[in-house]
Amino acid sequence: MDAMPKWAEVTLVPLISLLLAAILSALVILAIGENPWAAVKLMVSGALGSTYGWGYTLYYATNFIFTGLAVSIAFQARMFNIGGEGQALVGGLGVALVLLYLPFPHWTIALIASAAGAALFGAAWAFIPAILQAKRGSHIVITTIMFNFIAASLLNYMLVGPIKAPGQEPATSKFPATTQLPSFQDMFSTADTVLFRGAPANVTFFVGIAACFALWLLIWRTRLGYELRAFGHSESAAKYAGISPTKIIVVSMLISGGLAGMMAINNVQGEAERLVLNAVEGAGFIGIAVALMGRSHPVGVFIAALLFGFLYQGGAELALWTSIPRELIVVIQALVILFTGALDNMVRMPLEKVFLSMRRPPKPDRKSTTARAAE
Amino acid sequence: MSDPAIELKGISKAFGAVQANKDISIRVMPGTIHGIIGENGAGKSTLMSILYGFYKADKGEIFVGGKKTVIPDSQAAIAAGIGMVFQHFKLVENFTVLENVVLGAEDSAMLKPSLTRARRELKALAAEYELNVDPDAVVEDIGVGMQQRVEILKALYRGADILILDEPTGVLTPAEADHLFRILDGLKREGKTIILITHKLREIMDITDTVSVMRRGEMTATVKTSETSPAELAELMVGRKVLLRIEKSAPALGEVILDVKDLNVTDDKGVHRLKNVSFQVRAGEILGIAGVAGNGQSELLEVLGGYEKATGTITLRGQTIDLTGGKSDGQSRRRRGIAHVPEDRQREGLIMDYHAWENVAFGYHHDARYRKGLLMDNAAIKADTAGKMKRFDVRPPDPNLAAKNFSGGNQQKIVLAREIERNPDLLLVGQPTRGVDIGAIEFIHEQIVALRDQGKAILLVSVELEEILALSDRVAVMFDGQIMGERLPGETDEKELGLLMAGMTDVPTDKPVHEAVEEQLAHAGTGDKRGS
Repeated sequence: MDAMPKWAEVTLVPLISLLLAAILSALVILAIGENPWAAVKLMVSGALGSTYGWGYTLYYATNFIFTGLAVSIAFQARMFNIGGEGQALVGGLGVALVLLYLPFPHWTIALIASAAGAALFGAAWAFIPAILQAKRGSHIVITTIMFNFIAASLLNYMLVGPIKAPGQEPATSKFPATTQLPSFQDMFSTADTVLFRGAPANVTFFVGIAACFALWLLIWRTRLGYELRAFGHSESAAKYAGISPTKIIVVSMLISGGLAGMMAINNVQGEAERLVLNAVEGAGFIGIAVALMGRSHPVGVFIAALLFGFLYQGGAELALWTSIPRELIVVIQALVILFTGALDNMVRMPLEKVFLSMRRPPKPDRKSTTARAAE
Repeated sequence: MSDPAIELKGISKAFGAVQANKDISIRVMPGTIHGIIGENGAGKSTLMSILYGFYKADKGEIFVGGKKTVIPDSQAAIAAGIGMVFQHFKLVENFTVLENVVLGAEDSAMLKPSLTRARRELKALAAEYELNVDPDAVVEDIGVGMQQRVEILKALYRGADILILDEPTGVLTPAEADHLFRILDGLKREGKTIILITHKLREIMDITDTVSVMRRGEMTATVKTSETSPAELAELMVGRKVLLRIEKSAPALGEVILDVKDLNVTDDKGVHRLKNVSFQVRAGEILGIAGVAGNGQSELLEVLGGYEKATGTITLRGQTIDLTGGKSDGQSRRRRGIAHVPEDRQREGLIMDYHAWENVAFGYHHDARYRKGLLMDNAAIKADTAGKMKRFDVRPPDPNLAAKNFSGGNQQKIVLAREIERNPDLLLVGQPTRGVDIGAIEFIHEQIVALRDQGKAILLVSVELEEILALSDRVAVMFDGQIMGERLPGETDEKELGLLMAGMTDVPTDKPVHEAVEEQLAHAGTGDKRGS
């Protein structure tokens, strides 16, 4: 029998962790002589106070949805894919190649093609570590980290050489106008009011939501998802059931790499509209924190991605309007990751005790089932 | 009357909401062997862990030799003269016997004086109690029976007057178990007190003076062994009358279902696990594979179940099965009508975090009846699970409960229901009643015999000789990856099978059985060393 009811598990634990992270962050802000309350207000108004702020928050959140889902699906099979950063970079390359070299009459077709290109490239980048793990036992954590560096070098090479646009910058030329994705400003502004003015959030956000749903379906409803989770829980049992470890490792990593790659339709096609150096900006790593906090569940990932989107945009506002340095924002983000991810048990264990002690009274009639459960 | 060697008064211990020990009182008189018997999860091990200082009791007192004693850790237990021999030995494999005995009890900065002293004492102990072990042998080179003796020596060397043995015969051949019991008898005569924890009724009857029965964390009875019977003890353990014998008719043999020829398996480390194994199983028959754990039975089941590669030939109903891996995995074996109840349900047979209904589809999740296109037909699986739980009396009958929340017996029933209701031509069963309470054992045995009576072929692997003899229509004995011989249960006995399990093909007449077995084992040991 679980120590905690499910609702407490999914709401109380992350909320208390967040609260602890917030308190510690406040102390740090106090320590450098700033007012934490003012900082919170600024973050909230900057990230959520206007459609402009929302436009940025949701743009960042979209990145994190894809990388968070990528880490989640791999983690369901107990594969720790640290390579989201590299897979997203290479996914960007896929988007750029598709959009630069193929003609598209309309953005919808461009979106489908670029998503396919992004997923294909990201998946291909994850394939090599996956096959090394499955066939040679090379540890996926090590190989995916290494592949991040190789991806960065590959992008450097491509952007100063083969696909570089004329000019000073190491970037491609702008994608054709027909491939531009509609931004929130295009989609939601009415004749008299302009909403989301200049913000980068675009239609990819809805692709992200669709991806959440698709992944939920995959993990919890399909036979593949069933096999994948079974393998994640117990490799020996999976073998007994005739589930091929090689297949699960490779397939889960392909889906994972594909999702990480698809982040590129948001930042490369949707926002920059060309491929620049270091386009991913660490979103691949944030994805790990998002997946941890979201318990590798698509709904959890979605919520965690929104939170990190808020932290990103709110943090940018802080750096802009106060003397709180940019680095401190990283500290706050790190504290959130630390508390929601690494120190999870610190909150969970005492909470479980609380719930257990609350359960004492109706013990007599429960005893028979719990004693049986313990056998 | 002297003080009891050990007295526990009102010991209680809870883990969260689970009451593992409830108000337990027990008196063990010096110079006796006291058995503690109970099903898995009855709280035997918890009680002994409290006595040995691993857990702290929530309530209650411990008296050692009449004095109230607080035992906060194992050091204190040792100081109070309590020694423990665990089910899973705690020995350093690459140390010698002598080094293992001294480990943790070195009484000087330099090792030499301790070792010299220990060597002298080991010699004395060996002479006194038949505890012969070569002090300079490396632990990983000696057999399990020897290793257990090292554990006993360790405890005695630390001055233990009270020895606790936790399921000591689980890994021993019958001859080795007999030897152990003689050692325990010798210790008893010298005035040592022994507490024997077991779930085997026969051992209790053979060797103990008094016996306490535990059920669901409570001590249900303490009786003199001479005044009780196995049936009474079983009833006290389970709380109702139990049938200890299995009713079964003579087998109606049919065609050969499984034909195994010259099966060989070499594992990743290059160890030869199966050596030219050949046998047949016919329809309507139970072939029992007896043997001490680790003699190739697991590998045999894995090969037949489709997740271990092998060389040789296996035919099922005359059709050859590919053994190279590749196309022939667990899925294809299932499609061909092989069902498999694996030896370790928690590691293999079930996903412990999956709901019961998810586990009912496990291995058969590609079946047409369980799927809707790419998706799983959860409703159909749940409905099927509810029916299976009813037919196999799984308690509680809740398809949405996670497998880990069922008791061992009920977990096993879920696996059995899944495999048996597939109506397979061949059922592989490994350790069907390991960690299963007596009540469920009865039911599980009935189900296996019922499947046989429907004309199915059954391959049963068990380390419990009693189970093998009770269920099998034919018995094959495995030792060191080989089949040592086949016997009919009516024409053999535990003694003969025990010799085969120890690797001997014929019974010596000139000396006691246990000596012959040991000689044989010693030979096998040296032979291996030379080989590697």
